[in-house]
Amino acid sequence: MIEFYIEQASTYAHEIDNVINVIGVITTFWWALTTAVFFYFIWRFRYREGVPSQYVTGKEKHLKRWVNIPHYLIILCDMVVIVAAVRVWYMVKQDLPTSDDMRTVRIIGQQWAWSFEHPGPDGKLGGPDDLAAIEDNIYTVDELHTTVDTLYHYKLEARDVMHSFSVPVFRLKQDALPGRVITGWWQATKTGEWDIQCAEMCGIGHGIMAARIFVETPEEHEVWMQAQAALAKK
Amino acid sequence: MSHPATDAEGHGHGHEGHDDHHHDPSFWEHYIFSTDHKMIAKQYLLTGMAMAVIGGFLVYCFRMQLAFPGMHVPFYGVVSPMEYNALVTNHGTIMIFWVAMPVLIAAFGNFCIPLMIGCDDMVFPRLNRLSYQVFLLSAIVIVASFFVPNGGFGGAWTAYPPLSGNAEYSLTPLGGSMWVLAVALEFAAFLIGGINFVTTAMNSRAPGMKWHDVPMIVWMICIASILFMASVGPLIAGAIMLLFDQQLGTGFFDPRVGGDPILWQHLFWFFGHPEVYVVLLPATGMVAEVMPVFARKKLFAYKTILYTAVGTGVLSFFVWAHHQFISGIDPRMANVFTVTTVLISIPIAEMMFLYIATLYGGSIRLTTPMLWGLAFVAEFLIGGVTGIYLGASGADIYFHDTYFVLAHFHYTFFPIAFIGTFTGLTYWYPKMFGRMMNPTLGKIHFWGTIIPYNCIFIPLFVLGAAGQHRRIYNYNHFPELSTPDMQALRIVATVSLLVLIAFQFLFLWNFFYSMWFGKKAPKNPWRATTLEWTTESPPPHGNWPDGLPTVYRGAYEYGVPGRDEDYWPQNEPN
Repeated sequence: MIEFYIEQASTYAHEIDNVINVIGVITTFWWALTTAVFFYFIWRFRYREGVPSQYVTGKEKHLKRWVNIPHYLIILCDMVVIVAAVRVWYMVKQDLPTSDDMRTVRIIGQQWAWSFEHPGPDGKLGGPDDLAAIEDNIYTVDELHTTVDTLYHYKLEARDVMHSFSVPVFRLKQDALPGRVITGWWQATKTGEWDIQCAEMCGIGHGIMAARIFVETPEEHEVWMQAQAALAKK
Repeated sequence: MSHPATDAEGHGHGHEGHDDHHHDPSFWEHYIFSTDHKMIAKQYLLTGMAMAVIGGFLVYCFRMQLAFPGMHVPFYGVVSPMEYNALVTNHGTIMIFWVAMPVLIAAFGNFCIPLMIGCDDMVFPRLNRLSYQVFLLSAIVIVASFFVPNGGFGGAWTAYPPLSGNAEYSLTPLGGSMWVLAVALEFAAFLIGGINFVTTAMNSRAPGMKWHDVPMIVWMICIASILFMASVGPLIAGAIMLLFDQQLGTGFFDPRVGGDPILWQHLFWFFGHPEVYVVLLPATGMVAEVMPVFARKKLFAYKTILYTAVGTGVLSFFVWAHHQFISGIDPRMANVFTVTTVLISIPIAEMMFLYIATLYGGSIRLTTPMLWGLAFVAEFLIGGVTGIYLGASGADIYFHDTYFVLAHFHYTFFPIAFIGTFTGLTYWYPKMFGRMMNPTLGKIHFWGTIIPYNCIFIPLFVLGAAGQHRRIYNYNHFPELSTPDMQALRIVATVSLLVLIAFQFLFLWNFFYSMWFGKKAPKNPWRATTLEWTTESPPPHGNWPDGLPTVYRGAYEYGVPGRDEDYWPQNEPN
């Protein structure tokens, strides 16, 4: 359903879309059935001259089962929804996959821009815990450069108020909290250039807190890194 | 409008506050400082309607900006980003706290409870008056917050700190504090009111009225009041902490000095989610009153409906963190709250099924109140099923803070606050004002509201599914969201809103014109069974001047076999 409006560009995008599809099928079925019965009753039991209403209390077994049986089926459907949702939630938010060639980026939200710290040619993101690797880090504002098919971890921070890092094509969203570092992951499946949004009200400039994510081939990414290094030397 | 009876005979429940019975009350005593539950109900109703006009004006301004970015909005001007935030924030705050709450709980609670359980007034009439006065003060504070330097608060109706806690971030040093103060005052007003509703329903029922003879609306308002009183305490505390953060430099929610912004979210949503059911239950109660009357049918499984309402209320205390799935709480928490949230579909689906079952075997008359009552069920079903997407943690990662959420909760809150209110208002109008509303205008207003309402929010579901996030004053900064197709959908929603607003003027005309020039209403124009229809329209002060009624049976005895009439009033001896 969602992929009709917006493409899927991460490994878990189609998993999230599948949960939405499962819920879509179940809820559309129940909604259509209930609404159909509802309008049928309104038509079938409309006021007609000389036809009195029936005296029904709701205790009649043969009538109550028409409410009870659908109700048990709804409980079953609830179970399906819960299992599907928790499974994908675990994969995206609770689990943190690792691999040898993975990279880490630092994402910092502040009023009203995203700034990004990319690992440089050494592939390592420096920081207080790794001062040696900090030398070739690449700092950008409102532009995040990544490579396709690479596992990325992000370290999400906020400088002032709450923000929310959202990449709709990845189906990724995570609030950024001042005072905390939140770790998560993604793995892009195709190259391209897409929106990054701030999805949490963060003040007057919330509406302009837009950034772009560039998913590049390793070769393109190498060229970009060289250009940044050349820029830094100037 | 009526003049209250000067006769205090037949008051079964001696209590203070009625010492003005023995002389003709002045204008001030009658209309402004009245302790009569019916007059306080009308005060709440009219204040709520005035606030709805303000809330409607705010949405008009920001929807115009969204459809036509940068335009000079007629009657307003150009909407700046700062004003945009204040508009959306206060639209949400006002519509929930100053429209849905006062109208659904306070106006209908005050009007219906004494009349439907057969007593002469609330048990605490002066507390009742105090409740309205505190509420009015809170309404004045929230409206005044727009006119202080830097304007009204713009940090969203959820007021997440640190944005809401520090003026250096929100840039509304006065507006932010007035917002918090107004909300805290409003809560205090409804705490006072809630005590009154529950105590009155417990102590003042007419002789013979057993618990299961109590009309559903009375039950629903009592359950809602208990939910409110049990959930609002933590948020009042939180609001005071936030006010201290803003004005005294404390740091309850400020991580720079050791506070925690997530704490506010827990306090807010621990109240915020039960609050949905606080306003939902009275609306479902009104539908439960109207449906049996116009289907000439007994309510299907009265007790089960009651238990589903209680079940929903209890469960609503265990779902709050579904608003916080991606807010940085421990991700394992989401699994627990997904289960509780999806489970709430069990009692609510049961309740909707039972309402539909009530139609079975009926003799349905599509009067204006019945049209509204039926529309509530049809529209709320959409609001209900779309909630499943958001309660399911895995799907919420994508939908959180998109227009899908917005469309979903407008499919619950619009049926609650407006369709529910129109159901009750068109139904009890003859009893409130002693005159009938014009049914033709009522039906035109109905279709002129329902059709544009769906045309507003169905496009917003689509926009949300396409990834449009909330509270953005101009989508041109986002290439994926500024396509011509998406802009066209925004324009459809805005134009539909203009049509919807235009039809509300028709309602206002019908409401005020009928008050003075409508056809005189008989005692029981709908041939209904409940007690309020056994007294004059409108009822005098004291409600039943000739003595309070006695109850012999349940509230929904329609179509009983072997009787001439197809309804059997509660107060008629066997």
